[in-house]
Amino acid sequence: MQLDIAFIIEKLLLISVILLGSLGIAMYATWAERKVAAVMQDRRGPNRAGFMGLFQPLADGLKLFFKEEIIPDRSTRFLFILGPALAMLTAVMTSAVVPWGPDIVTENGVITLQVADINIGILFIFGVVSLGVYGVMLGGWASNNKFSLLSSIRAASQAISYELAMGLSLVAMLMMTGSLSLREIVEQQHGFWDAGYFTWNFFKQPLGFFIFLVCAFAELNRAPFDLPECESELNMGYHQEYSSMKLGFYLFAEYINLFISSTVIATLFFGGYNFPFMDQVAASVSPVLFAIICVLTLLTKAICIILFFMFIRWTLPRFRYDQLMRLGWKSLIPLALVNMVITGAVILWVIK
Amino acid sequence: MKLTNRSAQVNRDPMTFGEKIYLPAIAKGLSITVGHIFKKKATVQYPEEKRPFSPVFRGLHILNRDEQGRERCTACGLCALACPAEAITMEAAERKPGEENLYREEKYAAKYEINMLRCIFCGLCEEACPKDAVYLSETIMPTHYSRSSFIYKKEDLLIAHPHKQESK
Repeated sequence: MQLDIAFIIEKLLLISVILLGSLGIAMYATWAERKVAAVMQDRRGPNRAGFMGLFQPLADGLKLFFKEEIIPDRSTRFLFILGPALAMLTAVMTSAVVPWGPDIVTENGVITLQVADINIGILFIFGVVSLGVYGVMLGGWASNNKFSLLSSIRAASQAISYELAMGLSLVAMLMMTGSLSLREIVEQQHGFWDAGYFTWNFFKQPLGFFIFLVCAFAELNRAPFDLPECESELNMGYHQEYSSMKLGFYLFAEYINLFISSTVIATLFFGGYNFPFMDQVAASVSPVLFAIICVLTLLTKAICIILFFMFIRWTLPRFRYDQLMRLGWKSLIPLALVNMVITGAVILWVIK
Repeated sequence: MKLTNRSAQVNRDPMTFGEKIYLPAIAKGLSITVGHIFKKKATVQYPEEKRPFSPVFRGLHILNRDEQGRERCTACGLCALACPAEAITMEAAERKPGEENLYREEKYAAKYEINMLRCIFCGLCEEACPKDAVYLSETIMPTHYSRSSFIYKKEDLLIAHPHKQESK
């Protein structure tokens, strides 16, 4: 087998752009979160560091890097360090299968705006997201603190319970798409309106989308399901013993997760990089410009979903642990099953 | 017995289906929080924008001079006597011939100290002063790193000399 140097360089370039891009967006998601929190509470939010406080994430990151690093005496040192590393790793790994834009066809060949077009894209995402539980669990257990351990168990059980309903809600959607590849799912949602109905999966699977969204809230440990990390009420959470940038990595990984899962939601349900009248646009502009427009469309959708996540966070109070479990097991899973049955019946007898 | 007319009976009816599925409540909550985005901000941007003080605000002390720039204080000690927090100490000295341009009366305060950590800014010293020498200005007490810098000496308290200021 011959090594294709150009291919490797192209992919490396794409990976670094996506990595830096998602890190940057995650950084500014922290800023946006504070701004959203502020304006919803009639405050102003960070506005001292630079114009409108735009340097605030840099200042926060710098502060975390310079803080004292404490590793508890009786902790399992290797696992303690592995915890945040794993959280960060799984957070950025998901971005590999997201199609960021259509193929750019040039004279020299085709450039795909996707790191890996594997045919089990969704399964890959689910696998990596489940790995994220290890980061939480290892971190909480290795710190040798009962509260951390309890909290990480709480977080892990929450993640596992909601992954079930999340998977079931997607099964119904996958029955309609007939493919696990994210690229194919996006291409099926081409444009906005086709053959008398919307092409986006949101309009085909509204209930599935709703269940997926609720589960995404729980998977991301975001309000109203943010009990793994409430600081004062439940003793800080699994990262109680963490300090300095290791704590920073845990918190930062969540914002990367937030961005990536918003992109995944946009890809699965809101047509990814597709937008209305895209064929007319594609006919009138150059392929590179068209690809840029598509990427910007996807990012806009993702940012809208991030903002929605933030609006919800500052609207709803936190669920109690038993309420959380009841919602997951007794409401969402049966609902997802019903959705699955209905979808199957519709495919079998109505659409054919 | 009703103390106010504002008490309301709590509704303990079983929840309806609409309430149970929780979604209308979420929409309502979202409409409230999103509505707050467009409301006026409550923040006062402090260093750029200052709220006006009340006309009776009492801040940092000053020691006054008369029109010729002479210190008004005669170290009578009435302010220290009036002070409920015992924040003021002073030492008196007699004016020497030739110092008439510095001190208004025959006696003056050689040392005049106010411990700002003790001071409660009640303004009783200002009221007690028979010579209109001590006043409470509108300046907020600044912060310091050491206790000793909270003890304000006479030099810190005296206002600038009116004629020397003009010649500059």
